Amino acid sequence: MLKLIGSRLATAVPSLIGVVIVTFMLTRVLPGDTAAYFAGPAATAESIAEIRTKLGLDKPLPAQFVDYVSALAKGDLGSSLSTGQPVAAEISARLPASAELTLAGLILALAIAVPFGIMAAVKQGSWVDHACRLITTAGVSLPVFFTGLLLVYVFYFKLGWAPAPLGRLDVFFSAPETVTGFYLIDSLIARDFETFRAALAQLAVPAITLAIFALAPIARMTRASMLSVLSSEFVRTARAAGLTDTTVIITYAFRNAMLPVVTTLGMVFSFLLGANVLVEKVFAWPGIGSYAVEALITSDYAPVQGFVLAMAILYVVLNLLIDIAYGIIDPRARSEA
Amino acid sequence: MNRREFVKSASVTAVATGAGVAAPAVFSSAQAQARNETLLIVSESGPNNLDIHGVGTNVPGYEASWNTYDRLITHEMTEKDGVRYYDRDKLKGELAEDMNIGDMSVTFKLKKNATFQDGSPVTAKDVKWSLDRAVSVGGFPTFQMKAGSLEKPEQFVVVDDHTVRIDFLRKDRLTIPDLAVIVPCVINSGLVQKNATEKDPWGLEYTKQNTAGSGAYRVTKWTPGTEVIFERFEDWKGGPLPKIKRVIWRMVPSAGNRRALLERGDADISYDLPNKDFVELKQAGKLNITSVPYSNGVQYIGMNVKNPPFDNLKVREAIAYAIPYQKIMDAALFGLAKPMFGAPADAQTKVAWPQPTKFVTDLAKAKQLLAEAGYPDGLETTLSFDLGFAGVNEPLCVLLQENLAQIGIKTTINKIPGANWRTELTKKVLPLFTNVFSGWLDYPEYFFFWCYHGNNSIFNTMSYQSAAMDAFIDGARAAAANGDKAAYDAGVKGMVDLAFADVPRIPLYQPYVNVAMQKNITGYEYWFHRRLDYRAFQKG
Repeated sequence: MLKLIGSRLATAVPSLIGVVIVTFMLTRVLPGDTAAYFAGPAATAESIAEIRTKLGLDKPLPAQFVDYVSALAKGDLGSSLSTGQPVAAEISARLPASAELTLAGLILALAIAVPFGIMAAVKQGSWVDHACRLITTAGVSLPVFFTGLLLVYVFYFKLGWAPAPLGRLDVFFSAPETVTGFYLIDSLIARDFETFRAALAQLAVPAITLAIFALAPIARMTRASMLSVLSSEFVRTARAAGLTDTTVIITYAFRNAMLPVVTTLGMVFSFLLGANVLVEKVFAWPGIGSYAVEALITSDYAPVQGFVLAMAILYVVLNLLIDIAYGIIDPRARSEA
Repeated sequence: MNRREFVKSASVTAVATGAGVAAPAVFSSAQAQARNETLLIVSESGPNNLDIHGVGTNVPGYEASWNTYDRLITHEMTEKDGVRYYDRDKLKGELAEDMNIGDMSVTFKLKKNATFQDGSPVTAKDVKWSLDRAVSVGGFPTFQMKAGSLEKPEQFVVVDDHTVRIDFLRKDRLTIPDLAVIVPCVINSGLVQKNATEKDPWGLEYTKQNTAGSGAYRVTKWTPGTEVIFERFEDWKGGPLPKIKRVIWRMVPSAGNRRALLERGDADISYDLPNKDFVELKQAGKLNITSVPYSNGVQYIGMNVKNPPFDNLKVREAIAYAIPYQKIMDAALFGLAKPMFGAPADAQTKVAWPQPTKFVTDLAKAKQLLAEAGYPDGLETTLSFDLGFAGVNEPLCVLLQENLAQIGIKTTINKIPGANWRTELTKKVLPLFTNVFSGWLDYPEYFFFWCYHGNNSIFNTMSYQSAAMDAFIDGARAAAANGDKAAYDAGVKGMVDLAFADVPRIPLYQPYVNVAMQKNITGYEYWFHRRLDYRAFQKG
């Protein structure tokens, strides 16, 4: 297993180097002049030039690249111009916010989609199956910002059940002491149950929004893969041997159907990180996606590079986890790797 | 029952049952009290720097600086169309208790009891250091100081601990008003110098994150892109102590949610909602809506007069007659702007800016002018706008495109991202575009100097060159400095007439600053910088 992890990590190194080079080039090739943008509305040509020199943007590209890489080697991702903060600090402050939201959405989606998919497969053609089809179709076809705005409209504006969509905490609460960066966990560690309640209330609607989006692929994949497993011979054998329905479906069929579901899960997670950008915008969530988009709009290079790099590392870790999960679920995957 | 009502009733119960019974901590009356003294402002974007002297400080950053620092002088308040409005011509001391204007210098006596937020006294040394900093750091602050002929550190002289003299380089009417804008703020020099480094002698890195002023508020927490929290400075000497203890400024990117927050009563103030929302909120009548025209600001259609086809006056006139002015007012702005077109044919030119042109939509005349110009079959060009303000610019350009097509001008709309817009303007190659310019200093010659003068500043986006125009502008500036009213009036009328005759740019309208507030919020003041001044707000 360790050898597997080692070889996996080794193959990730060239891709990370590639990511560093490509993002650097891409941000430089993009139209838009950072210096002109930050010189402000009353800038003259001289003041733009002054700012360009201050930011080091007047140097030739290779020199800028060397500057960037040598800073990177020291763990310095540079500073964002639009927020004025070091990128590394901002990403580490914002990543937990995105991760908390994404994970909450994913867990919620899993809790609904997997049983739903299994039931749809077991009772193929029944009302459960049709309901599954209807919900998954709706889930994929509704854009997240739309579902988000709709939920805000209904639950906050009309019914008043949900708190104001103002980010992670109501303005009159202060954040719990940072341990993990996840407010739900940190507030429990601090034994501050009011803050926990408040954080949970803020999280509920955005997490549901993400879950609606993530439901569809998981439920469909569970259903399809359960169907193929249920029609295979070992299930027929198990049934013939007189095992109960629960044992056949959960122990035998579901375990074998899980591989494609786990693969989908990895994909859905990466989708969700993308969908996050929109959800973060709608709910004023101080996450990493909205940070990157704002930086991109203002041609602010450092955060965009930092964001892509952080995401690349996240993907490498995610893929590794999925590979390991494969090995746990299916012993055959271990030897093949 | 919604959450807000619950909060109210819970606090009422807590009061009614007396001190003996404690309500749950979340809904305590103390919290309700806090809400009463707290202002919650929501807007799309927040500051990137708390110091206006910083590199690339954005416009929301100006608001932070305005409320946390004092200047030597500031404007009095007056009333204009039912809104409290800064008085361009009346100044009063903020940190200064006395201002004495001589022939070639001005002397300020500082308030003796004024202190910075860390308790150290405000001295003449701090004033000089701050003004030196403004003219030395480069970029926008230095440029703004120059607009008032404040250019060299030698101009700022410490007379004694509480007296500062500013020497004039030349006579300039804008010198004194330029001392009341946001840039010449007074900074705690001792505190900043302690935190300055060799590479950063002016301590810009420190003031980026920390406020070091003597202003009415100080920033106690700033999470970039998320929120800024201001607390009142109890020993503020710049004016009467503000009523609001705490200001929470949250960034809510979605315009729909900002509106929902206002309508539900959770947010107190929002001031950058789309025009359509403002109109609907105004009609609903649940909120106080204030709309004030930008002082000295105009949205216009510009044309590059250096290159064909717009080097031809007849073509420019044809465009001016082809613009669907009223449709733009109705469909793109929902009426929230002041028209700058369609003045009666016999209207006299005023000594004022902005003022309306006499152009109206007349497609037949436009077509005829185009034929006279030698384009009977029309022409092709591109029409550019800044995507950063797409909410207004996009419908405006589409409406214009439709009308131009009717007189045979085929246009391709070129949407330029906000980050790129200024670069494109600096190149001065866009043939046809819409843009907005507004000046902090509300004087016609200031506007014309930047937008029409032959020295070709970045805002002369048309590359307009005219010796006659330069003579009018320079004449008006000189006349203003010497107090020669007749010459000044002639100069201003001359430049306005020439600008409307040569039409290098076609004024469309004066945009509005729109602010939506809860009914219990009072004290909104319009300032030349158009950002919020927290000091006068009251709640309840």
